[in-house]
Amino acid sequence: MSENILDIKDLRTSFFVEGNEIKAVDGVTFQVPKGKTLGIVGESGSGKSISALSVLQLIDDPGKIVGGSIRFKDEELTTAKTSRMRNIRGNEISMIFQEPMTSLNPVYTIGQQLREAYKIHQGLGKKEGTKRSIEMLELVGIPSPEKRVDQYPYELSGGMRQRVMIAMALACKPELLIADEPTTALDVTIQAQILELIKNLQEEIGMSVVMITHDLGVVAETCDYVAVMYCGKVVEFADVETLFENPRHPYTVGLLSSLPRHDIDQDELVPIKGNVPAPDEMPSGCRFAPRCPHASAICSELPELETQEDGNDVRCWIYTEQWDGEKGVKVYDNETTS
Amino acid sequence: MTTFIIRRLLQLIPVLLGVTVLVFSLMHLTPGNPAVIMAGESAPEATVRAIEARLGLNDPLHIQYFNFLSNALQLDFGVSIRDNIPVFDHIRPRFFITMELAIYGTIFAVVFGLLVGIVSAARQYSFSDVALMVVALFGLSMPNFWLGLMLIQWFAIELRWFAPTGWGDPNQIALPVIALGTAGAAIIARMTRSSMLDVLSQDYIRTARAKGVKERIVIFRHALKNALIPVVTVIGLQFGYFLGGSILTESVFAINGLGRLIIDSILQRDFPVVQGAILVISVSFVIVNLVVDISYRFLNKRVDLN
Repeated sequence: MSENILDIKDLRTSFFVEGNEIKAVDGVTFQVPKGKTLGIVGESGSGKSISALSVLQLIDDPGKIVGGSIRFKDEELTTAKTSRMRNIRGNEISMIFQEPMTSLNPVYTIGQQLREAYKIHQGLGKKEGTKRSIEMLELVGIPSPEKRVDQYPYELSGGMRQRVMIAMALACKPELLIADEPTTALDVTIQAQILELIKNLQEEIGMSVVMITHDLGVVAETCDYVAVMYCGKVVEFADVETLFENPRHPYTVGLLSSLPRHDIDQDELVPIKGNVPAPDEMPSGCRFAPRCPHASAICSELPELETQEDGNDVRCWIYTEQWDGEKGVKVYDNETTS
Repeated sequence: MTTFIIRRLLQLIPVLLGVTVLVFSLMHLTPGNPAVIMAGESAPEATVRAIEARLGLNDPLHIQYFNFLSNALQLDFGVSIRDNIPVFDHIRPRFFITMELAIYGTIFAVVFGLLVGIVSAARQYSFSDVALMVVALFGLSMPNFWLGLMLIQWFAIELRWFAPTGWGDPNQIALPVIALGTAGAAIIARMTRSSMLDVLSQDYIRTARAKGVKERIVIFRHALKNALIPVVTVIGLQFGYFLGGSILTESVFAINGLGRLIIDSILQRDFPVVQGAILVISVSFVIVNLVVDISYRFLNKRVDLN
């Protein structure tokens, strides 16, 4: 078995709307090393969530995985049977969603929803399932779980509901947890608690985590590796130190520059100019070229995701032989922000 | 829960009072002197006076209403003008027939409506979805008296599977129930479909799937219970409509229900019977709605009933 628990190669997921193909995920490649946390960052619509949902084969019509491979523990998931996928979901790979307020079924109690996971994957009956559910709720830090277990979602706050979602996701001790913006909808203080909780549980169970977020602060705090996505493609894949110390892709640099920093004097933040292109106006070359301060002639062609000498990957012409723009361009200036 | 039911029962009082006012007004808002209408245009003056005195028509209006109300509370709706039999004795046997018809019609509508709605939603835009929705549209558009006549023509007269008229035997029940319930089934089917489609796109359905729940259980357990909430209202309204609206079905199939009693009594100007029957139907309708409200509580714990 390889050291990567999840290995995604050239994944393509498209939505077919009125005869048009919208490529939400357009050749995504990344790996999740065992026991580690991979962060996927990018703006809304960059394909982060669709990549994650593709892993669990939870893409709804009119979406479809049209190509590439998803290997989980060396098992190909894109061709896996429905019954096998059901077995994996919630058992070997679990997922937490962004919206804790709407992600729990309003007409069933917390206990009924938690018990279901134990029933499906471990065949536990009501009594044993309830016992385990209470233990799990306790583990995720819900006070008086034996009371909460009989309550309905509307009786819980957003932070509590997200804890319930985590409890449900971790019920069967999955090997991989996909957390799709688990803290976006929560208060800042609750955010830190939830991230801490995921981290602690990760160490306890020894699972790998994919953390989808658009918050680089979350990435710095929780991730070992980071995949930066832009318009359905991974533009940079690096370990977390390198990403913050020495970001390579101009888009990553743009993301970092638009964050406030504590270590230097800043008069203003530098946003990335322009907007994410609409699906029907997608540039054929580098997707980021229209917004890139360094764009050159060659950027009208699509660069490959290429591995650099330190083992990290970047999809940018600047780091290739063919680069025709300014030589030795300093993409990132750690002192002043570019 | 008990508080809620008590509160809801108390709310019934003004509603029922309103109903009695309307029913009471029927007699007085109808053009002409009720006594003359009852006695006939050419009746002698003395007969008219006698009827007026018997009905208390010379009393002040509020006294008349009060008498009507207190009698109605004791299930005394007066006597029929036709045969002097108490109105209540006319209504009772027929009420149960209409009730039976409405209940069977509702069961038919709910079973077929839910089934069709769920299948359509689960296979949105498939051939079966489109086909079922076309059939539902037909069911909705067909007037039920016409459907009743067609059913009699095919299944009673040509195929001789069922009896064409009457009520009581199983072979008499099938056709009127279908005739009455089809439109309701179609409405429930369309309602269920759209409600299910709405629910199936919710986040918690994705959560259930991500948990590894089988698609069948996703639909029947996770989606259906949520989708039923708006459908229950429609079912309640349908039942109420069946109670009052079975008039046509009862006429087509010659069933001696409340609807036919009302029509016959209207034709014969038998006002006390009309009043009594309408009052009974109205009260049943109000009670059905109360039951629907209470059943909400079991489906959706969030409903703030107080």
